[in-house]
Amino acid sequence: MSSAAMKSARNALVLIAGLLAAWQALYWFVGDAALRPPLVTVQYTARLMTTDAFWMHLSETLQAFAVALSIAVAAGLVIGFGLGFHKLSAQVFEPMLVAVYSIPKITLYPILLLAFGLGMPAKIAFGAIHGIIPVALFTLNAVRNIKPILVKTGRVHGLGPFEMIRSILFPAALPEIFTGFRVGFALTLIGTLLGEMFAAQRGLGYLLMTAIGLHNVELIMAVTLLLVVFAATVSAGLLAIDRWLHRHI
Amino acid sequence: MSRIAVYRVLVIAAAVLLLELLCYVGVIDRITMQPPHRILRDLALILISGKQNAAILKTLSNASIAFGLALFVGVATAVVLHGYRALRETLDPLFATYYAIPVFAFYPLLIVLLGLGDAPQIGIGFMLGVVAVIVNTLNGLDRVPRVLRKTARIQRLGTIETALTVTLPYAAPYVLTGAKFAVAYSLIGIIGAEFIMSRGGMGYEISFAYNNFDNATMYPLIVLILVVSISINTGLSRWEKLLLARRGQ
Amino acid sequence: MSQAHVSLRGVTKVFPSSSGGQGLHALGPIDLDLQQGEFFAVVGPSGCGKSTLLELIAGLTSATEGTVEFEGRRIEGDIPDGIGVVFQEDACFPWLSVEDNIAFGLRKIAVAHEEKRRRIGGVLDLMGLGDFARSYPAQLSGGMRQRVCIARTLVIEPRLILLDEPFGALDQQTRLLMGDEVLKLWRQTGATVFLITHALDEAAMLADRIAVMSARPGQLIDVVETHWPAERDSHIVERLEFGAVTARLWKSLREESLKTMAKTSRGPADRT
Ligand SMILES: Nc1ncnc2c1ncn2[C@@H]1O[C@H](COP(=O)(O)OP(=O)(O)O)[C@@H](O)[C@H]1O
Ligand SMILES: [Mg+2]
Repeated sequence: MSSAAMKSARNALVLIAGLLAAWQALYWFVGDAALRPPLVTVQYTARLMTTDAFWMHLSETLQAFAVALSIAVAAGLVIGFGLGFHKLSAQVFEPMLVAVYSIPKITLYPILLLAFGLGMPAKIAFGAIHGIIPVALFTLNAVRNIKPILVKTGRVHGLGPFEMIRSILFPAALPEIFTGFRVGFALTLIGTLLGEMFAAQRGLGYLLMTAIGLHNVELIMAVTLLLVVFAATVSAGLLAIDRWLHRHI
Repeated sequence: MSRIAVYRVLVIAAAVLLLELLCYVGVIDRITMQPPHRILRDLALILISGKQNAAILKTLSNASIAFGLALFVGVATAVVLHGYRALRETLDPLFATYYAIPVFAFYPLLIVLLGLGDAPQIGIGFMLGVVAVIVNTLNGLDRVPRVLRKTARIQRLGTIETALTVTLPYAAPYVLTGAKFAVAYSLIGIIGAEFIMSRGGMGYEISFAYNNFDNATMYPLIVLILVVSISINTGLSRWEKLLLARRGQ
Repeated sequence: MSQAHVSLRGVTKVFPSSSGGQGLHALGPIDLDLQQGEFFAVVGPSGCGKSTLLELIAGLTSATEGTVEFEGRRIEGDIPDGIGVVFQEDACFPWLSVEDNIAFGLRKIAVAHEEKRRRIGGVLDLMGLGDFARSYPAQLSGGMRQRVCIARTLVIEPRLILLDEPFGALDQQTRLLMGDEVLKLWRQTGATVFLITHALDEAAMLADRIAVMSARPGQLIDVVETHWPAERDSHIVERLEFGAVTARLWKSLREESLKTMAKTSRGPADRT
């Protein structure tokens, strides 16, 4: 293991230990009214994971998330590359994309409910609208920042448009596009979960929302713990790939 | 007005007209959405009658407080973290995964900690916004050229004075980027919290209207939130551009 | 015997290595006295420790061994009063106008508001920046920005001015003209000037004494006296003795530059 990898592993361990300690300390301060200590939560989570209902909710969430992420990435890449190659469109649309990126999309959930009804399509849409724009904006920037000398080199070597994208433009833009994917991943996940909280009757988001409504502290904490562990693991992996790409390309 | 701006206005006008048309021919039915001109008329009626003023005021002032706290605490935290490399490296993975975590899960905890008033909602808005400010401010502080820090030392400025007169002004455009995110996130936090559990505010009014099929209230309020967030965002972007232009970037 | 304005005794600098190895011996040992009011230049191959030497005198970094004294007081990593530095890199604050950049120099100086305005107006005129007082650095050329940094240093009326390759980024003609201005400033202010440069002709034209530094770890291998009159300018390059001075500098420096080249052609280039 390289010393950098060892250092980041050590950092992660210190962080986890610190968060667990803070959690335990907060529990001693707040008490049972709103918290359970780490150990109890882990035990409850383990028990929760033996129930069928949990796996139904989890698979529902994963399905919705997978579809939403696919839509976000595909649409984001198309928009990003399209605008990246057409300067005028980029000038017209980029500020609009940035403005839409900044709106609190959570306010749109009633509209999505009216348009799609309660259930799978609504939460997929909710996840996708969170993820599309970051993927598009990062891709646009990546394409725009490709060094002209690379394209010239491609021309000199007589590459056709398809070859040009495949062997020059995409590899050159890949690290930035991947950063967009990483951000899009996180936002699509949160979008899907919010969609489930407000516009669904299944999935981990829904489970969390019911738990909040019933003030079921164990359940809130177990679901949150699982989501945090999942999000953190995947983000850390994506971040590592992201850094590797930026160093090597 | 520049040619680009004209195109932009045309695109927006075309989108609004398309919606208008779809509503007119009935592709979008009245229960799903009112035509745009009706939404605008209803918005005017709501603002003139003043019947939603309390809700609007509550949401916007809570969001402002959350934003102000996130900005202040975020900048201060970033300045401190910048001086403690090890601590910062430990927290990096947390910042990288933060926005994939459903912060709303902590709402019940905040209610127990902060009581039933506006404080837990402000807390959610703050928690969402503060990390964006920290991350972007750190990014700006990383870019301060060493020679400027040396200049501050030659002038014998103290730590706080150096931050206020040299490093933060240098990082200002990046702090502004963080501030833009914080505006959106504080609105998301406040409105989301109002959706989940609250007896007032625009989020509460929107979901109340949704449950009562009251599109004449729901759509104008949603549009108002979008307009507010886009206006603030555009204003901050202008300012950011001005700062960068002054620096020849 | 009059006391030296700046005095270094047995100064060495070793940068500790981050991986716990033996560290990088950048400089020394160096013994050096600068007389009150003299114009002293240092030449040396890149990476030999010139900037490190300047930062030691400025108090920006502390010596590993030996002592640095300014006006009889020891400097140990704290910044003494009365020293002005112009760095090698562009140190203008891009968010401040030219005037505000210069005023920044006066933050810690306890003088009345009128006096501040008078001084700022003075250095603006002196450096030919009068028409650009309200401009931002990004609107100026590299040479003009360097003038802003010099003006920001002069406004505090330092008794010792440290210049680290201040004209490194300028073209040859501009350098000569800036050299004339620096000579004028030096005569007007009566300050001691310590100039680092890699241009031999610049050193030969400006300085009373020129030290030649060896390749890293930098040591003084020669000190050349020019015996120029105080009233001088770039016309000095026409003199016969000018050629003799540059020739002697080059003779001392040639060996050292070859050593540096041999080193850098094997490894990655040194940071300058
Ligand atoms: N802060 C530092 N840490 C480690 N090494 C340094 C540092 N500053 C300078 N060095 C090294 O010390 C040597 C001398 O540097 P410097 O004084 O900048 O040279 P010069 O100005 O003569 O080109 C160089 O090899 C440089 O890499
Ligand atoms: Mg140097």
